[in-house]
Amino acid sequence: MRIFHPRFGPAGGACGLALALVGAAVLAACGGSRGPLLAEGTASVTASGSPVPAVDVSGIPPDVGSSDEAQITAAGSTFAAPLYTRWFIDYRARVAAGVRSNYQAIGSGGGIQNIIRKTIDFGATDAPMTDREVAKAPGIQHIPTAIGPVVVTYNINGISQPLKLDGPTLAGIYLGKIAKWSDPAIVAQNAGARLPDADIIVVHRSDGSGTSYTFTDYLSKVSADWAEGVGKSKNPQWPKGIGGQGNDGVTQYVRQNANSIGYVELIFADKNNLPKAQLKNASGEYITPTTQSASLAAQGVTLPPDYRVSIVNSRTSGAYPISTFTWILLYREQSDASKGKALVDILWWAIHDGQRTSQELDYAALPADVVRAVEQTLATQITYDGRPLLRAGR
Amino acid sequence: MQLTEMRPDFERADGVLAGVEPREWLFRGIVGGAALFVFVVIIAMIYELTRQAWPAIDAFGLGFLTSTTWNPPSEQFGAAPFIIGTLVTSSLALVLGTIIGVGSSLFLVEVAPRCVRLPVSYTVELLAAIPSVVYGLWGVFVLGPWIQHTAGPFIVRWFGWLPWVEGPALGVGVFEAVLILTIMILPTIVAISRDVIGAVPRSQREGILALGATRWEMVRIAVLPYARSGILGAAILGLARAIGETLAVALVIGNSTQVPDSIFSPAYTMASVIANQFREAENDMHVAALIYIGLLLLIITLLVNAGARLLVWRVTKGQITTVIE
Repeated sequence: MRIFHPRFGPAGGACGLALALVGAAVLAACGGSRGPLLAEGTASVTASGSPVPAVDVSGIPPDVGSSDEAQITAAGSTFAAPLYTRWFIDYRARVAAGVRSNYQAIGSGGGIQNIIRKTIDFGATDAPMTDREVAKAPGIQHIPTAIGPVVVTYNINGISQPLKLDGPTLAGIYLGKIAKWSDPAIVAQNAGARLPDADIIVVHRSDGSGTSYTFTDYLSKVSADWAEGVGKSKNPQWPKGIGGQGNDGVTQYVRQNANSIGYVELIFADKNNLPKAQLKNASGEYITPTTQSASLAAQGVTLPPDYRVSIVNSRTSGAYPISTFTWILLYREQSDASKGKALVDILWWAIHDGQRTSQELDYAALPADVVRAVEQTLATQITYDGRPLLRAGR
Repeated sequence: MQLTEMRPDFERADGVLAGVEPREWLFRGIVGGAALFVFVVIIAMIYELTRQAWPAIDAFGLGFLTSTTWNPPSEQFGAAPFIIGTLVTSSLALVLGTIIGVGSSLFLVEVAPRCVRLPVSYTVELLAAIPSVVYGLWGVFVLGPWIQHTAGPFIVRWFGWLPWVEGPALGVGVFEAVLILTIMILPTIVAISRDVIGAVPRSQREGILALGATRWEMVRIAVLPYARSGILGAAILGLARAIGETLAVALVIGNSTQVPDSIFSPAYTMASVIANQFREAENDMHVAALIYIGLLLLIITLLVNAGARLLVWRVTKGQITTVIE
């Protein structure tokens, strides 16, 4: 039995995008093109245990949870904290006045640990949980909420055009194999730029960080030397360089040291007007990091049901190569019906109306195909007592 | 036992308190409990750290102390870069801090007129009240650039022939950490040394001056030997602070797991690696390894304190002990 709520949002302006997205979902459903997005064998928690077929979600408005009442506690990612905090405020003001939320920006690792111990209602992380962590939290579900690009920034005197780099060169710099800015590998990509014959000062994060994870994930994809020698990690063993604490620390060291290179989140680079290197993507184009080019990185990616997927070095044309999803972590089977419903409803709103806020805050929005896949997950996978929570109780 | 004779009159030789008020027992209970509390906390800490670090202790044993590999994703851990960083920075800071600290204490006690002594003393003590993050930020924004552009090149140019002096200065590294630590331990050293030197009896000074000594000779012959155990104690307290300092050092040392080969190299200390990596640890072994470092840090601190006691005891054997004892 389906009960559709006829009201499409109290804020008149808020429904435009939502309608468009819902419309797209309907079209996709009609075209039957949804298949490959949800990999087969989707983990199902329905009573029968059979794979859940794609359900029609076209009638669910973004503000489906407007009458929810719950107190939600969450913790995790510092990167996503401004977005989630803003979402919760907006959601309470515009959609459901009865949903109070508290988000603690304690870091992705803390978010994972706390959701494993079930001390919070949902966690948030920028690096997907490892297999070992997932094993400790049976029934955990990753839900992508936004995309965060990582920007390569630099401090080179006297160059006016943006620095261009390809993946192997960037890996060579961080490995210490490319030690000077005048190295032929860099010069060849930057015709006309006057690069100094100076040692490159490499700056990285000193604290464990999802940003480092994304950055080294990319370097591992584009350089076999990096993959074997260092690998992807929140705390890699850096072969070279100085470590700054947080985005601020990296920024300060890059600013302070001429001829340096570092990496920070896009939001941070924009806020501080840092120079942004253009990186060569898998299609051979040099791409400036923006929210648009980062969104493209997630387009056309085959999404596994648990969404633990890397979107670095995307093959999509125009995609910026170093980006990551940021995820919310929650249990598929919720232990509290009203809280679980409030959670699903707020996520439903977040992947629709909430995506506009993402862009205001300089996060890259989820592309339409990802939104469609997440719609299915939310509608079928998040349950209470085996029954999907979305639309329940209306 | 000698103790018997030292017992107060009201206590009989058989140990039974005669006519002592119950308040006395209460007092003994409270102070005894307080002393026991400190002891229990230390034991509990060692126990808990050992328990949580056990996977790492089990896997790496004592090789942990000498291995320079620190690779969280591949679960290979060795603490040598951090131990070296901690020992190098804190011992250099100790040397610099003691020289400057004792020098300024001597100035305050022996040379400075009263109108100078008080304001300078207060200012130095004020240094102790500044939070370490402020020192760290000052290090990042003021000291770092100064070393990078002014002091560093100067030192490399004129003292580059010395071992471990090699450029270029980065604005972060061992040298910066040492300077920051020196400034941070100065108030401790100055405050205690000043009191200890001030406590040297007047008669000592007058005696040696009457023999025609200069002021320097007076300090060398009459004051410093008398005060040395106290000064040692001051230095050890300073060292303890330098070893444990976390935040300020993490901001200026450069946080590199490479073993430093120059005073201008970036390095890492035991406390700062824990602060940096504990929150976003890679895996359980990483957490255990970080706690293992915490345990080592505790052990090193205990050893330093024990060593200091021993040193003070040996230096002062047969001498009148001063206030710090």
